[in-house]
Amino acid sequence: MTALTDTAVLTGRSLRHITRSPDTIITTALMPIAFLLLFVYVLGGAIDAGAASYVDYLLPGILVITIASSISYTAFRLYLDLQAGILERFQTMPIARPSVLWSHVLTSLVATSVALAAVIAAALVMGFRSDAGVLGWLAVAGILGSLTLALTWLAVIPGLTATSPDGATGFAYPLILLPFVSSAFVPTETMPGPVRWFAEHQPVTSIVDAVRALLAGQAPGADLWIALAWVGAILAVAYILATAAYRRRIG
Amino acid sequence: MTAAVAVRGIEKSYGDLHVLTGVDLEVARGSIVALLGSNGAGKTTLVRILSTLLKADAGEASVAGHDVASAPAEVRMSISLTGQFAAVDEILTGRENLVLVARLRRVPDPGGVADAQLARFGLAEAGARRVGTYSGGMRRRLDIAMSLVGDPPVVFLDEPTTGLDPQARREVWAAVRALADGGTTVLLTTQTLDEAEHLADRIAILHEGRIIVDGTLAELRALIPAPTVEHVEKQPTLEEVFLAVVGAKGTP
Repeated sequence: MTALTDTAVLTGRSLRHITRSPDTIITTALMPIAFLLLFVYVLGGAIDAGAASYVDYLLPGILVITIASSISYTAFRLYLDLQAGILERFQTMPIARPSVLWSHVLTSLVATSVALAAVIAAALVMGFRSDAGVLGWLAVAGILGSLTLALTWLAVIPGLTATSPDGATGFAYPLILLPFVSSAFVPTETMPGPVRWFAEHQPVTSIVDAVRALLAGQAPGADLWIALAWVGAILAVAYILATAAYRRRIG
Repeated sequence: MTAAVAVRGIEKSYGDLHVLTGVDLEVARGSIVALLGSNGAGKTTLVRILSTLLKADAGEASVAGHDVASAPAEVRMSISLTGQFAAVDEILTGRENLVLVARLRRVPDPGGVADAQLARFGLAEAGARRVGTYSGGMRRRLDIAMSLVGDPPVVFLDEPTTGLDPQARREVWAAVRALADGGTTVLLTTQTLDEAEHLADRIAILHEGRIIVDGTLAELRALIPAPTVEHVEKQPTLEEVFLAVVGAKGTP
């Protein structure tokens, strides 16, 4: 019970950070929206993705990029708490220790959801349409939510171990670039052998394909299970490493 | 009656660096003890062990009757730590910082407690402002105010006046004195001899990993041969001049 109360109080605190500096959500959503504009209106005409509308094809990958750029702020906030000694202050108080990390993770889920909603709204303006029903949207929310959870725990690791603010946020760049070598922007069939092999066997492709199928109102098939397996594996490994880093950090 | 803080044979090393090599220390309830030592003497290490942030390699330590190694949760119920750098949330207001700590400490009426602390530390007017706009002295006072929410019986202050101007330092001293008058046990670390002399009931000198002297100021003075009497015109210190010129109130 105390752990839940402590987590609620601490989550309230870090959510207030976000409402006080909404620029973190704006910048999170801005880059993916810029990518949407760039690919739909500048490059999209030359890309043959086979779908009726390129924005429909593109959106799932852009949502993955949104999550990757959002969680880097979680690493940053955690890093700042550590540097300011606030984490130590919490450690010397009679509160449930895991609640400190969980409050940052829950805050990340809320902030990322808001950024995802903003990007989807922008896509709707640009002509994105979905045939998915309520169940389909719930499944999409489930995939994106669990991906956010997994990547947030991944972000906790640099947040706790980085020695500079750049180090705390820099890990997100590979995550943001990973969708480019996947089926997010163009079908993998157009890629040369080794690149295609990599693209088809990295997590983003299965996640993006599953979300795309769901949004189109189709059955995602095996992609869904491969995507969930990837997300579950990332979550498990990241959670174990993050809690180990936390224990090391607080001695 | 057991001491509020009892340390016996505490050792701590970082690799080949032996920071603490057998510290013994007792702090009586309701007293102020200053832990004096030069930079790197291990003062902070000892405080971190006592506040459950760090585990000792050897030795025993208890705070408010609870062993720091076997009952850290009970220790945390009885203490608060004010570290070397004010651990305050810059984005929240001063009042929100206090309410946050009050909630986490399960204090009834967090808002009322926050207002009382703001008034007590001369921050009532600044309470609604973000801490990011505070001066160093205000931050430090807020930091100490946060530590005292819920009236923990034992308070550790790690170099509480480092980086403060003389006025702010005197304000902190007055706050610490008031704490001890109210029955709180205070263990503070300092490198300023002046501070130890002004505040502490007892002074312990930490040097090369051990407490080499521990006693009242009078006892410490007695360690040195009796002074010879000389006539010297007493010049005001620069600090006294500064405080007189800027119109600060007398010494605490």
